[in-house]
Amino acid sequence: MSKTGTTLVKRGMAQMQKGGVIMDVVNVEQAKIAENAGAVAVMALERVPSDIRAAGGVARMSDPAMVEAIMDAVTIPVMAKARIGHIAEARILESIGVDYIDESEVLTPADDTYHINKNEFQVPFVCGCRDLGEALRRIDEGATMLRTKGEPGTGNIVEAVRHMEKVNEQITQVKAANHNQLVMFARNLKAPYELVKEVHDSGKLPVVNFAAGGVATPADAALMMNLGADGIFVGSGIFHSENPAKFAKAIVTATAHPTDYALIAEISKNLGSPMKGIEISTLSAEQKMANRGI
Amino acid sequence: MVIGVLALQGAVSEHVNMLSQCGVRAKLIKEPADLQDIEGIIIPGGESTTIYKLLVSEQLLQPLKNLIQNNFPVFGTCAGLVLLAQQESLGGLNGEVKRNGFGRQRESFESLIDVEGFTEPFHGVFIRAPYLKEVSSDVKVLATLVDGRIVAAQQKNVLVTAFHPELTMDNRFHELFVKQMIATSEFVDN
Repeated sequence: MSKTGTTLVKRGMAQMQKGGVIMDVVNVEQAKIAENAGAVAVMALERVPSDIRAAGGVARMSDPAMVEAIMDAVTIPVMAKARIGHIAEARILESIGVDYIDESEVLTPADDTYHINKNEFQVPFVCGCRDLGEALRRIDEGATMLRTKGEPGTGNIVEAVRHMEKVNEQITQVKAANHNQLVMFARNLKAPYELVKEVHDSGKLPVVNFAAGGVATPADAALMMNLGADGIFVGSGIFHSENPAKFAKAIVTATAHPTDYALIAEISKNLGSPMKGIEISTLSAEQKMANRGI
Repeated sequence: MVIGVLALQGAVSEHVNMLSQCGVRAKLIKEPADLQDIEGIIIPGGESTTIYKLLVSEQLLQPLKNLIQNNFPVFGTCAGLVLLAQQESLGGLNGEVKRNGFGRQRESFESLIDVEGFTEPFHGVFIRAPYLKEVSSDVKVLATLVDGRIVAAQQKNVLVTAFHPELTMDNRFHELFVKQMIATSEFVDN
């Protein structure tokens, strides 16, 4: 008897991506550049987060024809984004066969109460989180891969650092907690007790956790890997840099060798300008994507 | 005994855990100098194109290839199978591989499979898995699916599975690699 769409094959798919870089691409040409640079997957979308920010308005799922064209052009996995809570967009992406769906705060949320019940899908989902409570709520809904939210499209790593450190700090606390404290943690984190207990017993998240939102340089990727990220998502950082092919390859190398600083120095030389970036304090609360879908 | 796990990308820690269950110490292999003082190497699951590109850029491809040609014990799972069956890549297994042979992620599956030499079936976890279409006569087929697709095989010092034993609690393939293949290895370091 063979079974598809199981938790094991969904979580396992994310485990196979560990130590790798997943790159946002908006067309076939960029997807090929990403694959040639050694990306483990591409995220197909019509506009990278910094352009979504600049364009304003409602950001939705990409044209399925564009996603399919990218699926046909590369052999690595292809991911695509659905709006938070938008079950129909997710079903459409599942029907065309994307390998992972990102239920993403980068797009305009479709439901301000519920996320998608991801357990009901054959295709696996990745979701963003800023802390352990968000992480465990998303896992409870069926997410089989996590990423920090960071602050997408800013080229500013500070929020991703904050989110990764927060999750790690809370895991350390849960690990050391006694039974009564675990009950309190579950209550305060607004997360199911069983998942809090699982983190307590294993000392780690039950799924892979990548860094995302603000990675712009090879050094940013190395920083996040050293903070305990299992891998890296790069959104605007590659194709808004001066030399995308070089940036892409350098970020892949830095992610594979995050403590080899002589090597990272070498590949960082003469890379050209990274994406420009935004100071977080200049964003209003409404402009912060990380506050969506908590 | 120390066994290397190629640690450029993919499910590295899962193999390290499996080896420790077998009472074996693992060493992460990231550059050619790391190949010293190991008795075998595991090529983990991951993205085969990514691992291949990193093997080339880290200048690990040729040294590893030479080792494997000289009978150095190697165990590849999923992407590892792909790299070992592609002659322009690591080589070592004479067969024709079909990458993503079952389709995309939604076609990824779990299934119990019968394995030559194992008394109980093995829990096979197939993730965007490859399979072997054909193998030459010097390759021993260890497992096929009902439709005849080859999903585990051994050729002298080379062991491959299309599925991921490292995602299960079952260490029989790792035991086979450690206790039989490495124990009887004909590799001579010259």
